[in-house]
Amino acid sequence: MWHGLLGHASGGLMSIQGRRGIRVALPYLLPSLLGALLFAILPIIISLLLSVTNWSGMSRIRLTDGFLKFVAEHFVGLENTKAILADSEFWRALSHNLYFVVLYLPLMLVLSMICALIINAPNRGANVYRVVYYLPVLTSWVAGSLIWKWLLSPVYGPINNFLAIIGIEGPLWLQSEVWAMPSIVLASIWKDMGFYAMILLGGLKSINTEYYEAARIDGASKAQMFARITLPLLSSVLFYVSMLSMINAFQLFPQVMVMTKDGNAGPNGATMVMVERIYKYAFRYGKMGYAAAYSWILFVIIMAFTYIQKRGEKRWVNYDV
Amino acid sequence: MMYRIHMKVFLYHLLAIVLGILAIVPFLWMISTSLKSGGALLVVPIEWFPKEPTIQAYQKLFALTGMLRSIGNSLVVTAGAVLVALFSSSMAAFAFAKIRFKGSGFLFMLFIASMMLPSHVLFIPLYLIMNDLHLVDTLFALILPYTFKAFAVFMLRQQMVNISDAYLDAAAIDGASLFRSFITVFLPLCKTALATLAIIIAMDAWNDYLLPLVLMTSPKNYTLPIILNALSGQFKTAYDLLMAGSLISVVPLLVIYIGAQRYFASGLQIGGVKG
Repeated sequence: MWHGLLGHASGGLMSIQGRRGIRVALPYLLPSLLGALLFAILPIIISLLLSVTNWSGMSRIRLTDGFLKFVAEHFVGLENTKAILADSEFWRALSHNLYFVVLYLPLMLVLSMICALIINAPNRGANVYRVVYYLPVLTSWVAGSLIWKWLLSPVYGPINNFLAIIGIEGPLWLQSEVWAMPSIVLASIWKDMGFYAMILLGGLKSINTEYYEAARIDGASKAQMFARITLPLLSSVLFYVSMLSMINAFQLFPQVMVMTKDGNAGPNGATMVMVERIYKYAFRYGKMGYAAAYSWILFVIIMAFTYIQKRGEKRWVNYDV
Repeated sequence: MMYRIHMKVFLYHLLAIVLGILAIVPFLWMISTSLKSGGALLVVPIEWFPKEPTIQAYQKLFALTGMLRSIGNSLVVTAGAVLVALFSSSMAAFAFAKIRFKGSGFLFMLFIASMMLPSHVLFIPLYLIMNDLHLVDTLFALILPYTFKAFAVFMLRQQMVNISDAYLDAAAIDGASLFRSFITVFLPLCKTALATLAIIIAMDAWNDYLLPLVLMTSPKNYTLPIILNALSGQFKTAYDLLMAGSLISVVPLLVIYIGAQRYFASGLQIGGVKG
């Protein structure tokens, strides 16, 4: 006690003096700030500038050598954006992204919620389930995609073999124009379920157990408790999860690249999605300016959807806790 | 009554196990396939337990040029990324938590806002920047971006804000410099957060696809996911080989994850914030 007080009174002033001002802070901030400058701020500026040029990979450019002049010479204004929006392929890729979200989001929310409830239950074995559900999250998308490609193999894969046993002739999955996207959804849910379950689990754990005690005394059933206590108190976390998963869903990329490599973005382009287009325009076709504009259009779309979701938030999220 | 309770527990485990099977079956199929050889892959009905298990696939895999090297590359990148990220993020977090300076709040907000930046916007300019730094096709290009990890700064700052100033005062009396108290007092007190972050960042770096795909142009610099990606184009149907490769890429993280269970139990819920 004495020691603490003394320390505070006499040393406090001295050390607080030593902990003030940007000069003191700067050395600590420097590595992060340099990183932010080089790998976040500068890229945004460059990307914005590129998006208004017709730069193709044919002409070499250097940032340190007349970049602005280059941008001025190749300036095309909003031509890229106009061209992209006028291209039916863009709308097709966007519709595939939306289709993915529509299939993926509800299924993922329900399943990861069930997983979180299972892990959170006081039953024995809950810890084992926690580890098991998280295993797919640890897997790289390349490995995960290869595994699923092989699982979904129409003749030699276990899924169609299983379906055959119960008398169903399985589809061609990734090789079918109709089933290619649902296949990607399946693999994505397998991979992501545990991740979102962990976030939901954090929400479940933060609910005060006294609410349940009180409800139990009042004779409420489990189902009633879930509907009246768990869901309302979890709504903000559920909202966060749905927002995060939607943002991620719009950027779906590696699974599409690896699982539908054989065709060009799936059979007849069935799994052509936006980030896949951006990557291909930039690094296969060398249309860097076009690809940069494309990436900003996707950014705006994601922002728009996030905004819409955010506006809906007030209606169904309960913050009165 | 007794019967009903048992029924409930039974249903709980039934549901839990069905979901568990869904999570695990793909791994079992991967292991099973990696222990088969050529002809055994194409047997209908399929064999979950290979009749003649063999490690041929692994032998073939390691005989491929570049395989061992890609594992080494992935290890270097992962270790480098973890070190760089923890170093720069903990320093910045310390500055935000314990040093008062003008614009601190604003700068911190900018850091948080940057978490919204999608990687799909960044990878084209990142290629140009790395090109100008002469780092394209070097492992540095995969490590350096980890100097800026906003979610790590955020997580560590939350930890450090809660550490009492008295530690700093006491250290100042003893004549220790600010930097020394950062190293000897603050870092040890953030052990759990640092360990959790190390695992999350290791996962990111080990599994990353987009950045190495764009930045590593020659096979000798491929990381594990990229060489697997290349192999899957080269050996389209050699699933014994591809599954063996996938298994090798999964195992290290599984070992770390199961070994660090205690940290994960609490830490991952914070980690969920990273997006």
